[in-house]
Amino acid sequence: MPGPKHAIRNIKPKNALKTIKRIISYMKPYRAHLILVIVCVLISVASNIAATYFLKPLFNRYIIPFIGQQNPNLSEFIRMILIMGTIYVIGVLATYGYNRLMVAVTTGTLYRIRTELFSHMQTLPIRYFDTNTHGELMSRYTNDTDALRNMLSQSFVHVFQSMLTISGVFTAMLLLSPLLTVIVVLMLFVMIIIVKKLGAKRGKYFRERQMAVGKVNGYIEELIEGQKVVKVFCHENKVKADFDKLNGELFEAAKQANTFASMLRPIMGNLSYIHYSITAIAGAVMSITMGLDIGSLASFLQYTRSFSQPVTMMSEQFNSILMALAGAERIFDMLDQEPETDEGFVTLVNAEKNEKGEIRESAQRTGLWAWKIPEGGGVVAYKEVKGDIRFSNVVFGYEKNKTVLSGITLYAKPGQKIAFVGSTGAGKTTVTNLINRFYDVPDGAILYDGIPINNIKKQDLRRSLSMVLQDTHLFTGTVMENIRYGRLDATDEEVIEAAKLANADSFIRHLPQGYNTLLTADGMNLSQGQRQLLAIARAAVADPPVLILDEATSSIDTRTEALIEKGMDKLMEGRTVFVIAHRLSTVRNSNAIIVLENGSIVERGDHENLIRQGGRYYQLYTGLLELA
Amino acid sequence: MIRKLFPYIGKYKIYAILAPIAVIVEVFLEVNIPRIMAKIVDIGIANRNLDYILKMGAMMIIMALASLILGALAARFASVASSGFAKEIRRNMFYKIQDYSFANMDKFPTSSLITRLTTDVTNTQMTFMMMIRMMIRAPIMLIMATFMAVSINARLSLVFMFAIPFMAIALYFIATRAYPKFRAMFKKLDRMNAVIQENLIGIRVVKAFVRGEYEEEKFKDIADQVRETQLRAERTVIWNMPIMQFAMYGCMLAISWFGGNLIISGNMLEGELMGFISYVTQILMSLMMISMVFVMLVISRASVSRIVEVMDEKPDITEKPDPEVLLEDGSIRFENVSFGYGGPDGNKVLENINLNIKSGEVAGIIGGTGSAKTTLVQLIPRLYDVIDGRVFVSGRDVRDYSLKTLRNAVAMVLQKNVLFSGTIKENLKWGNENASDEEIIEACKAAQAHDFIMSFPNGYDTVLGQGGVNVSGGQKQRLCIARALLKKPKIIILDDSTSAVDTVTDAKIREALKKNLAGTTVIIIAQRIASVIDADKIIVMDDGKINAIGSHKNLIETNPIYREVYESQQEGVVENAGA
Repeated sequence: MPGPKHAIRNIKPKNALKTIKRIISYMKPYRAHLILVIVCVLISVASNIAATYFLKPLFNRYIIPFIGQQNPNLSEFIRMILIMGTIYVIGVLATYGYNRLMVAVTTGTLYRIRTELFSHMQTLPIRYFDTNTHGELMSRYTNDTDALRNMLSQSFVHVFQSMLTISGVFTAMLLLSPLLTVIVVLMLFVMIIIVKKLGAKRGKYFRERQMAVGKVNGYIEELIEGQKVVKVFCHENKVKADFDKLNGELFEAAKQANTFASMLRPIMGNLSYIHYSITAIAGAVMSITMGLDIGSLASFLQYTRSFSQPVTMMSEQFNSILMALAGAERIFDMLDQEPETDEGFVTLVNAEKNEKGEIRESAQRTGLWAWKIPEGGGVVAYKEVKGDIRFSNVVFGYEKNKTVLSGITLYAKPGQKIAFVGSTGAGKTTVTNLINRFYDVPDGAILYDGIPINNIKKQDLRRSLSMVLQDTHLFTGTVMENIRYGRLDATDEEVIEAAKLANADSFIRHLPQGYNTLLTADGMNLSQGQRQLLAIARAAVADPPVLILDEATSSIDTRTEALIEKGMDKLMEGRTVFVIAHRLSTVRNSNAIIVLENGSIVERGDHENLIRQGGRYYQLYTGLLELA
Repeated sequence: MIRKLFPYIGKYKIYAILAPIAVIVEVFLEVNIPRIMAKIVDIGIANRNLDYILKMGAMMIIMALASLILGALAARFASVASSGFAKEIRRNMFYKIQDYSFANMDKFPTSSLITRLTTDVTNTQMTFMMMIRMMIRAPIMLIMATFMAVSINARLSLVFMFAIPFMAIALYFIATRAYPKFRAMFKKLDRMNAVIQENLIGIRVVKAFVRGEYEEEKFKDIADQVRETQLRAERTVIWNMPIMQFAMYGCMLAISWFGGNLIISGNMLEGELMGFISYVTQILMSLMMISMVFVMLVISRASVSRIVEVMDEKPDITEKPDPEVLLEDGSIRFENVSFGYGGPDGNKVLENINLNIKSGEVAGIIGGTGSAKTTLVQLIPRLYDVIDGRVFVSGRDVRDYSLKTLRNAVAMVLQKNVLFSGTIKENLKWGNENASDEEIIEACKAAQAHDFIMSFPNGYDTVLGQGGVNVSGGQKQRLCIARALLKKPKIIILDDSTSAVDTVTDAKIREALKKNLAGTTVIIIAQRIASVIDADKIIVMDDGKINAIGSHKNLIETNPIYREVYESQQEGVVENAGA
């Protein structure tokens, strides 16, 4: 039965204490807030306990002595009520106060964690995105942050409050009657045992449920993706049967997990009534035999009621805290990932030439670029960006012990068009990924205008290159904004000019709102070919010295490709271009064609040369070999 | 809103009924317990009557135990009911989607359907569980506790006349104010997630164009909006607790004062006063619960409505009542066919198509991006219904056949094809569940897949990852062809299904099809002229219309589009390959 294996997400933290400390460190800006929160919670809990405690003096001093009196002196009674009223009002204000403060702390802390996470994510190397699925990374922002939100906004305060209440109530009980408190301790013991037992069961079924959820969701994902194939093969009934099986398993696990989770409250609530009766009986015995006063007993009985609630509350919070901490650990793990290393010091600047032909930095965009090379002591040298790229003996592998490129040596002179040809996995895309330093080369060197690319600041290196990838990614926004992604300060005219160059202008004008048409959900409303045209326009607007086209026209039919050829030629004019193409008609007019096989260069030369050689390229070109 | 989904609960209905019943009994017991507590204090302790205390205490323990068991049972019933409810909704949705036509599928993005089946169902389940446990409990608790309080002391319960309306109005106010604010927050959250998702998918573009900072700004902006809206939403609901406390304390003070006076004047007992206070707690708590359920219902409304949308979507391709189950040959005829994805009023993608393909013929279709080649062939197995005109297979309108008959007879290898996780054999058996090993091997040989399958250590039992990730593009395409061949169809449609296969293998596949599938109509959509060059007829599509039909030889001579495509692919080869 199909159904991919889904990683089971940890629901227990590895190092809770460390994680809590780190979460608290994120709340630092709110130190004043948090101190106030603690004060408010203290007040609120105190007033809550006082509310019960005051029953005793009320009964003993102000009510019972006056029973049956004709004209009782109630001034003390009134005074007591007024005092309590004041305490209550303060309590209510404190409750509102800490809630209000915590909302600010929670939203602020979450904002900080989210933005830090996102900013950090932008610095992570491509390798990190290769090894983690999008779903997994997304869940840091959704599930994990949600769990954290719950903990921050609810659990922290609840647990604190519960602990305070328990200790407060306990103290009050001790003051009232140490002997009766012994019963309370015994009961507490029973409660803890039950909570533990239930908690263990609940944990077990919870894990089972998580696993079943993973399976069902995986199945749903896979089958809904392939729904059209299901239809074409009339496979609906088979699929339904498979689904029913998994769905049934999920039901069983969910049923158990929910049962144990929701049983806790009624069990604990009623245990507290049993507790109450036992205490009442014991108290009655004591009041008869040892003269325990009724007011004390009445208060004590009230306390037994307010004792179980915080215990239940804490046990309920326990699980969500564990989950939140496990989530927080995943978030912190991502924050702890090493960012891309960048030891570069050479930067890219706009330049102009004076009459003597010397290069100077310019504040405006001149179309001329220069490398700015600091040479120590404040001396700076400028070197024109020409687009000369050389690989010498480059060895590379995505994983250790698994070389993808072995000993690649090649050069591209300024303005040349270099094509890479070869079957899938031969290493074509890898070569281009090394030029822009998506990955770093452990062995060998890559020189850009004579400068080792490791010396060039990554940002500047990448700004000097423009890439058009096979899978075109568009962002939510207008067509105009998507093309402008190539260069943020491009004017509308420049954008339209670029679109014309890519032959995208005509279809854009046919869109409902032309250049202002809103593209949604990764450009679903455009065909793959149209999206590639937009990507080409995006590269055109960026106007860099070096261009990398990775299967940039694979989804454009040959006829349209012929139409944009002129535009492409113009785009490539004066630039160094690296082309990877499946379709060999695209690479024909390159200055050099490099045929890669298993990570090595097996042939190189121009089209005519290679055809004449009658080797691998000839076979590929005449369709004797499978490409993909 | 959620009520619309109730009919789906099916056999778990009994649990959904039992749960509230158990809750009612539990509440009844729970409400009576404070009364006994009052008696213990007033009669037992006041009179120092140990017997009475023991009797009442034992009764209370029994009641508490009973209430405990019922409470646990209620939890069990509610869990079964809500898990079952979720299971049934999931099942019904999944089944419904299986009945969707391609047009129905097109209306929902895949990712959205997945969310609906997963997250939205979970949300609905939680709300449902809350409902059956709380919706009954809270009002009954409210009524019973009020009744008990009144029966203890009617005059004192006048306090509730103030407390209950106060709470009700306050909670109503909070809940109605919170709803739009939460909705606004969820909207912003969705936007934020979209920004993250896009960033993740396009991370290479972001890095290649050095747009990290730009993306950060974009994210900060939306994250800030999330914070703002969240702050606003939560600021509203945090009034719940203090207001509850306020009412509670207010009641306690009032009760202490009036009750104290009543006790002094001998009109009330102390224990009664304490019992009374217990009821106050219960009453106010149940009001809280009602408002909580109310808020949950409101929040889950979005999820429920997304589920209902899936359920309410009418599959637009249905069989006619007594459909034809016999399909004799593979002849195809289009008669004045028009079609558009937007329905009769939308843009027409195909216009006025007339076409005749005889049984056993090989037909090639050539045309540029967006010329509607795929659209045309999808009408044959009735993946979409025509808007105008008719499509005939084996001399009958496709709408006359049962879908099973039609689609078993018309095998289609989709352009965007999918293999499923499982072994190669399992995948191939999609074509025919009862296929013997010999038949499977035969089909794979025809599709030129046998050799590479055998080169894997586990041969036909090689396990494929999700989406067939561990085979190359060309291998995947050949497996998909083999899978379609196993159906032994009358018509086979290859929609650009050999684009990643080299020309020699491509030719071999076509050769094998001709040999093994004599009498089967073959339709080939291709980018490469070479793939269609020896077809019986080639159809040239342009902008939703048939531009020309003919053989390679006569199209080269008469059709400019065909010639252009041909030349764009031949340039170089002719002069160089010959050299």
